[in-house]
Amino acid sequence: MSKLLSAIQQNQESVLNDWVQRLKTATRRRDLIGSRELEVEAAELLSAIVNVPPSTTLEDFNGAGWEPLKEMLANLSISRASLGFTPSETAVFVVSIKPSLFSLARQSAGGNTDEAFEEISVANEFVDKLALFTTDSYIHGRDQVITRQQEEMLELSTPVVTLWDGIVALPLIGTLDSARTQVVMESLLQAIVSTNSRFAIIDITGVPTVDTLVAQHLLKTITAARLMGAECILSGIRPQIAQTIVHLGINLEDVITKSKLSDAFRLALERSGRKVVRMEKTTESSLTNSRGI
Amino acid sequence: MERIPILRMGNYLLVTIQVDMHDKLALTLQDDLTNRISEVSAKGVLIDISSLEIVDSFIGRTLANIASMAKVLDAETVVVGMQPAVAITLVELGMSLPGIRTALNVESGMEYLRDAVANHEERDDFYGDSTED
Repeated sequence: MSKLLSAIQQNQESVLNDWVQRLKTATRRRDLIGSRELEVEAAELLSAIVNVPPSTTLEDFNGAGWEPLKEMLANLSISRASLGFTPSETAVFVVSIKPSLFSLARQSAGGNTDEAFEEISVANEFVDKLALFTTDSYIHGRDQVITRQQEEMLELSTPVVTLWDGIVALPLIGTLDSARTQVVMESLLQAIVSTNSRFAIIDITGVPTVDTLVAQHLLKTITAARLMGAECILSGIRPQIAQTIVHLGINLEDVITKSKLSDAFRLALERSGRKVVRMEKTTESSLTNSRGI
Repeated sequence: MERIPILRMGNYLLVTIQVDMHDKLALTLQDDLTNRISEVSAKGVLIDISSLEIVDSFIGRTLANIASMAKVLDAETVVVGMQPAVAITLVELGMSLPGIRTALNVESGMEYLRDAVANHEERDDFYGDSTED
């Protein structure tokens, strides 16, 4: 065990106090983390530094002895990332231990300036590695958050709603890319099976642009639904999109298209042998009369 | 030899594919079914593929062929219960099977067959009347 490491071990409490003092001034995000929590985390981290196997050195950061510390740091960074800390704020947490270590190194070297310099540069490098490691972990944690959010958005943006017994609708909102269209296709077909629907309405009112690829995917979905025995109606085609479709030379002749979702719904109702009629006013007034009496 | 059973129900033939289709089996089914249609002069054929998980281009084409052959023998064909994954695969293979009638399940498939055959008979009656006049 290096001289500095054993020095830290001996002066664990004073180093911790010093570090926590610095953290309180350095960590600006009081809104995100309490000082008590900060102290606990600092204490845990310091004891992880101190409680390494005797053969571990500060120079050898990739050694097996530092694994528990790394794991702790990674967890810390990931939790900071989800709390909303910036990478530098996360790194500052580790870096602010430096002055305490440096003064400790100076003390343990006595008057020997060369030795003090040696110890300080080793400690410096070690803390830098720790800080870089937190940044890496932070980015990793952020990536995980982003991936999860992407998945959630994908799920949220493709809801299949049942309009009536045997009629489902898929209101599409936002830009359609290949990955999304795949999810759209699968969820629609799955919904057709699970709800036993003869009719499926794909509403593209909320889709800003339709290019050849998107149109091709939509046509594939419609064909697949047909193969399963359900009929698809495409609705919500805005004038600009109609123009684009014709300019691109996309053939939608085999597809039933309606300009409004309500028209598509009406058609689906008609085809499934249903009709919507307006209730006569007289029945309504007679009802109120009878209630009045 | 392995065979897919063909059940007769009045004017209709029912085929439920419960095993994995391989090419030979598909061809055997094609032979058996065409024979059976002419034998009992069936008006409709219902093929249930709901337990089929894999359909390749050959099976898809064979299904389309069966439908066309049945049409020639004056029988309507309806394929029911295609799984989403199978539908996606066929579409990705570029096979939209335009000649095949489809339905979600056996119930709606039978309903379709009944309607189709009823329409057919009505038309026959109409022509029959007109020739008599």
